[in-house]
Amino acid sequence: MVLWRREGFAEDAWAFLADDAEAPETGSIVVSLKRWLAEREALASRTGPVGVAVDAGADAQAHLPELANRPLVALAFAKFADGRSFSYARLLRDRHGFKGELRAVGEVLIDEIPLMLRCGFDSFDVTNAPTLAVLEAGRLPGPPIHYQPGSGGDEAPAGVRSWRTISAARQG
Amino acid sequence: MPDVITANRLADGVVVFQTADAGWSEDFNRAAVLPDAEATKAALARATEDVTRNLVVDAYAFAVETRNGHVAPKALREAIRAAGPTTRRDLGKQAEGHAPLSGPTAVKEADHVSL
Amino acid sequence: MYHYDDFDAAFVAARVEQFRDQVARRLSGELTEEQFRPHRLMNGLYLQLHSYMLRIAVPYGTLNSRQMRKLAEIARKYDRGYGHFTTRQNIQYNWPALKDTPDILAELSSVEMHAIQTSGNCIRNVTADHYAGVAHDEIADPRPYAEILRQWSSLHPEFSFLPRKFKIAVNGAAHDRAVIQAHDIGLQVVRNNEGEIGFTVYVGGGMGRTPFIGRKVREFLPERDLLAYIEAILRVYNLEGRRDNKFKARIKILMHEKTLETLRDEIETEFAARDAKALDLPPEDVARVAAFFAPPELEPKKPVSDRVERRKSKDSRFASFFASNVVAHKVPGYVVVTVSLKAIGAVPGDASADQMDAVADLAEDYSHDELRVSHEQNLILPHVALDDLPAVYDRLASVDLATANAGAVTDIIACPGLDYCTLATARSIPVAQRIAQRFGDGARARSIGPLKINISGCVNACGHHHVGQIGILGLERAGEETYQITLGGSADENAAIGQITGPGFSSENIVGAIDTIVETYMGLRRRDDETFIEAFRRVGLAPFKEALYERSAGSDI
Ligand code: HEM
Ligand code: SF4
Repeated sequence: MVLWRREGFAEDAWAFLADDAEAPETGSIVVSLKRWLAEREALASRTGPVGVAVDAGADAQAHLPELANRPLVALAFAKFADGRSFSYARLLRDRHGFKGELRAVGEVLIDEIPLMLRCGFDSFDVTNAPTLAVLEAGRLPGPPIHYQPGSGGDEAPAGVRSWRTISAARQG
Repeated sequence: MPDVITANRLADGVVVFQTADAGWSEDFNRAAVLPDAEATKAALARATEDVTRNLVVDAYAFAVETRNGHVAPKALREAIRAAGPTTRRDLGKQAEGHAPLSGPTAVKEADHVSL
Repeated sequence: MYHYDDFDAAFVAARVEQFRDQVARRLSGELTEEQFRPHRLMNGLYLQLHSYMLRIAVPYGTLNSRQMRKLAEIARKYDRGYGHFTTRQNIQYNWPALKDTPDILAELSSVEMHAIQTSGNCIRNVTADHYAGVAHDEIADPRPYAEILRQWSSLHPEFSFLPRKFKIAVNGAAHDRAVIQAHDIGLQVVRNNEGEIGFTVYVGGGMGRTPFIGRKVREFLPERDLLAYIEAILRVYNLEGRRDNKFKARIKILMHEKTLETLRDEIETEFAARDAKALDLPPEDVARVAAFFAPPELEPKKPVSDRVERRKSKDSRFASFFASNVVAHKVPGYVVVTVSLKAIGAVPGDASADQMDAVADLAEDYSHDELRVSHEQNLILPHVALDDLPAVYDRLASVDLATANAGAVTDIIACPGLDYCTLATARSIPVAQRIAQRFGDGARARSIGPLKINISGCVNACGHHHVGQIGILGLERAGEETYQITLGGSADENAAIGQITGPGFSSENIVGAIDTIVETYMGLRRRDDETFIEAFRRVGLAPFKEALYERSAGSDI
């Protein structure tokens, strides 16, 4: 697994914990939504920050408001064709004011990354080899102009027609 | 039931049939007829290698039978795929002289006369 | 009609280059078929029975002559000299090579066309009334809204991986010619008491193996809220539509499982909670797009043409063409001409490259450079001066496109079926051809009056058989083609799903069965102008059932 951000490949400061793994006293950890809901208080008494991983299948919508103050939320793409996390991302960013790191995990493929960026994701756990190859070559596919406002924070209105936008600088 | 292996060529989509030397032919009549399940399995394994090598896509086996002394696809779908559209005899393999030598009975239209 | 500006052109060009790169990566083996499939589908490229199949969008069915000539050129250069116009106002080529498809898309972009989102689990080509802008009963031209939706839905970051395909249709006239209630979202343009434009919104229509007629979720949606409301519908669907079973993944199933009331509440709640990013649709932007669709300036003329009347009186074929394929334009002295792609015995919806060129020439010479594709799989010349009609007719006749059967028993909608489609269980085209040959284009066909027959080659219902007044569904039983008949379907503002008559018919007997149904109708209609559907609504299924299964020796149970 390799971590990619808009600026390029990066070190991952976060440790994803299995539900039965003991939480270390310090360091940045990510736990499942289920565990976070059950052990929220205990986890808060640690010194390190706690992120939450949300499985698209879980009925996560109800919990989005309380996730908004987390430093990191990881949204899963169990299969690349399962597009629910695109909506969760937009709701977190635009409706619930989430300012933390939004991580895409699961089947993260090159041609979906531009869409994910536009929905407000800013870090990506990548395992797929062709995807890594294209990211290494530093080219993101697809047009830098759009027919809808995005939630990625780098788009400006294109002037004519309210729905059009332009990405300022998509590649770091 | 004897089988034949088919696939589409990756670059142009043309329907091809596996030949006895594990190559591919556009002509159904040159396809290797696989007598039993074991032969089919081995041939499919070879075909899958060609899928992996990105020469063909969608390789699968289909049943054939002997009709009027010729090998012919059993199902109408495969008969049409091996010959071309029944509504356009000028298109597909039938237009290039590659149709199965014996078509399935179902392709023959009942004759209807306008009132 | 709409014209690309630099933004649109750059977008489509970038998309073509992205696909060129994906095809190159596929051909070099960098991408597997699994990884490539969603990309090719997002660009309208399928793998079909004989080869690849490329589906190109004709947004809301409007074309100019340059675009039609390009379609002809592509047919000649990259395909087998013809194309197939579909019920979704698309055109499909049946034989393109994968390696040529980036070039085909580049050629299309040169005439402002594309294949974006003609397949895949995304928002598909938005369809509209093919008489848009010329119909008498129009409240507003639906095409500006369809164009705005086309743009807004293109590569939508949130809605490109929906549970299943998503189809939107817009109708702007009182009479529904866009089958809006058979779509995931159907929009009917309306005016409220204050005279403001808005939409009645239907959700959850769809065909396939479980057909549903769309249900009303909003009586009046202000124009301004169009995009925000559709976003709300799509968000609810994206999050809650079933993803465990692709046969239950359409929004119609979500509505069925949740009930209309619950789904409506969820949509309204989502809409009410919209944030600053939700799109407002300002009237200036609508006006800017609408300006592209301004009708050509037509000088009103005498509503009756001596030239036409003279020709009618001495040429009975022309007279029947006039009666069936010509309707009045909203400007007096002009007509809307249906170019039938249903010559007796022809493949419904197919047009040769030469025919496409001929129709393009006619559009240029006589129809202000405009053409339409109808969901009935015909072409339309929307702005023909009445005086020019004889000339137009003669030129259509010279390329076998003047069959006088629009809306008649032989104007059959048929999907490609087993002759082309991998999913098919039976052939559709030969059945359509044989039915057309049985009824022909003589006095008998004319005496039958308007009648819509729809044929699909499998339960996916691409031929819309559920809403055909006579629907035919091709199935396979023990290796043989069998055809199930439904009666009483309707595709207009009184949309209804047809009722199954009973056991299916063999390929040999299906044409006879249709004949029996037609004869039964002719026998029981009250007047010559009581149409099939009116008669059916009056008498129901019983007399037809009896004729098919008890009296007819032709049926095989
Ligand atoms: C030849 C390749 C085609 C394939 C593989 C294909 C596939 C499908 C499938 C799987 C469905 C069912 C969708 C569902 O219920 O979720 C469907 C529906 C439909 N297709 Fe096709 N189709 C093809 C060609 C066509 C053509 C040629 C037309 C137009 C003549 C067409 C128009 C439609 C329409 C109108 C529906 C039903 C409306 C709906 O519920 O979406 N399709 N198609
Ligand atoms: S209805 Fe079935 S046979 Fe016809 S085009 Fe659609 S999928 Fe193919």
